[in-house]
Amino acid sequence: MANKLIVSLSPHVHSGDSVQKNMYGVIIALVPALLVSFYMFGLGAVIVTLTSVAACLFFEWAITKFILNRERITILDGSAALTGLLLAFNLPSNLPLWIIIIGALVAIGIGKMTFGGLGCNPFNPALVGRIFLLISFPVQMTSWPVVGQLTSYTDAETAATPLSLMKMAVNGETAALEKLPSVMDLFLGNNPGCIGEVSALALLLGLVYMLWKKIISWHIPVSIIATVLVFGYALHFANPDKYVDGITQLFTGGLMLGAIFMATDYVTSPMSHKGMIIYGISIGFLTVVIRTFGAYPEGMSFAIFIMNAFTPLINTYCKPKRFGEVVKK
Amino acid sequence: MNNFKVLMNGIVKENPTFVLLLGMCPTLGTTSSAINGMGMGLATMFVLICSNVVISSIKKLVPDMVRIPIFIVVIASFVTVLQMVMQAYVPGLYATLGLFIPLIVVNCILLGRAEAFAAKNNPLSSFFDGLGMGLGFTIALTLLGGVREFLGTGKIFDVAILPEEYGMLVFVLAPGAFIALGYLIAIVNRFKKA
Amino acid sequence: MKKLESSLKNMALALTGFSVIAGGVLGFVNDITSGPIAQANAKTLGDAIAVVVPGFDNNPAEAPEAVEIDGMSYKIYKAYKGDKFIGAAVESSSMGFGGELKVLVGFDVEGNIIDYSLLSHSETPGLGSKAADWFKKGAKGDITGKNPGKGVLVVSKDGGEIDAITASTITTRAFLVAVNKAYSAYNKQNVDGASGATQQVSSKTK
Repeated sequence: MANKLIVSLSPHVHSGDSVQKNMYGVIIALVPALLVSFYMFGLGAVIVTLTSVAACLFFEWAITKFILNRERITILDGSAALTGLLLAFNLPSNLPLWIIIIGALVAIGIGKMTFGGLGCNPFNPALVGRIFLLISFPVQMTSWPVVGQLTSYTDAETAATPLSLMKMAVNGETAALEKLPSVMDLFLGNNPGCIGEVSALALLLGLVYMLWKKIISWHIPVSIIATVLVFGYALHFANPDKYVDGITQLFTGGLMLGAIFMATDYVTSPMSHKGMIIYGISIGFLTVVIRTFGAYPEGMSFAIFIMNAFTPLINTYCKPKRFGEVVKK
Repeated sequence: MNNFKVLMNGIVKENPTFVLLLGMCPTLGTTSSAINGMGMGLATMFVLICSNVVISSIKKLVPDMVRIPIFIVVIASFVTVLQMVMQAYVPGLYATLGLFIPLIVVNCILLGRAEAFAAKNNPLSSFFDGLGMGLGFTIALTLLGGVREFLGTGKIFDVAILPEEYGMLVFVLAPGAFIALGYLIAIVNRFKKA
Repeated sequence: MKKLESSLKNMALALTGFSVIAGGVLGFVNDITSGPIAQANAKTLGDAIAVVVPGFDNNPAEAPEAVEIDGMSYKIYKAYKGDKFIGAAVESSSMGFGGELKVLVGFDVEGNIIDYSLLSHSETPGLGSKAADWFKKGAKGDITGKNPGKGVLVVSKDGGEIDAITASTITTRAFLVAVNKAYSAYNKQNVDGASGATQQVSSKTK
């Protein structure tokens, strides 16, 4: 009888939440966007995605085993696979294999394992990989294939993305705006770009799934999207010839992908709801500023990166109230 | 402390870049190629040796309360001399290193060594301290410059080893300096422990 | 010898003394190096001109002619061999992707482009910054030997014959604008052959 009484410390009820569950939940949410990318870019998207995921898993395994000498191998918790998938989503579908492998090494090696593995990394690993590649190989990283070339890989024909057209308009070539795809095409994904970012619709489906499963809260994506809309329209009304409207800003480039999947990474975003909103508004603002006035056409990844760096500071100033704490008068 | 020990101390045990982490601004700013790193290292070494010797010779004439301003005057004079000489005779290197030459004045290594070593030791030891620290700095900067140049452009000292398209441009730019320096320090620490 | 005490008198004396000595040394070094520095500076510009318009024996950097078109001022450095006018280097600029793009373009007597040199730019590293070599002789976007007078230089994407730098069409356009502007400035200069010198004087007195 006596040994049936188990004495343990709290907590006594486990919600069933775990790293695996959340990581695989995000991966499921990415499936619609993945399918759209296969449909739009065909073989190239398949090759890039598989390489990126496989390389990330391999580097995670090799680094934990041979450099960190850890017993517990963490490649099955889903975080490396998710990093690989998100990295692939941020690459054009005609990228050569060796560049993807360098990107995976940087994402896992520099972005994550150097800091001690999952939970210790100050920056989103997939973003580290993407920005490293963008700065290192600007030519390959900024020539995107035209959609619909299903069987071609590195030989695909390339075209200017909506973002570079927007940049040209800012620099005084107002005719460039007329070449922009329609908002509907942008929404569905019928425009050149990185693998995972083209279809706003598929990404929104992912958002709905993640909100339904309570994997993320609404604060970060909604505050980013609202800020971009407001600030985008403010610029547009100041000078419609030079600046596109907010809705186009919203559906172009990696904005949706970043707002829904990259900025909401648990490890690198603030913990309290107030902090999340500050974080989201800053990302939205910085993105439009970099897109409009910066040297690179896309600012989403840089904006998230900058705000990742501010996350510890935001956490310090926006501490959630402890359970039972008395409100100070 | 014999002079050889003083010399090696600067190169290995208290390497200004990898161990003391002094003078980070020129370390990160000028090492985009091996030759630039070496030029900066040698320029700093020249000023370091001269200022160490002079400061150690005049240390008795310097009242304690105004020692820092006087050290700065000595260092700044040597830097200005170096700047004018470089501008006149090696304008190419001067153009590349640019603003970083006058910034040698505020390099922590110089004032640090003046305070920690030259003001307490005789001119000969101070000469060897300056030489050792200068060499340590030069070696570190050349190494860092070499790593960045190789990863960034596939060349070392302008000799092509890999085709340029395999170069990762980020290493030539500022972020690459931080990444490369961080990993070099990590590697040096690992070997020092072993 | 005992170390000096930090009395007011000692401190003032030491500071003044060392400053005076340092000032003296610096003055001395400045005296020696000011000549070579001026020479080195002149040589840098002279070298750039020598690259784009080779074969002169005068000093083009000495007296550039200023030409103004649409409110923008262009500097023209003229090259002579003996008394013969052999071409000129024109400093021109335009707005690139990241900011001002400054080029020095060399033309021969007929207005053919001999060579160019990118003086300063703020284009994206690795993309637009390739303009420094992209348009050189034998490179992909070779513009040497072309004459903007016979047909304005236009990038192939806009129906011209110059290949754009990969993924940097904007920089390419800006660069070609600068070259075309340099040519119109070159066309407007007050020179042909020997009368150049006198006309230059008259243009200055205007």
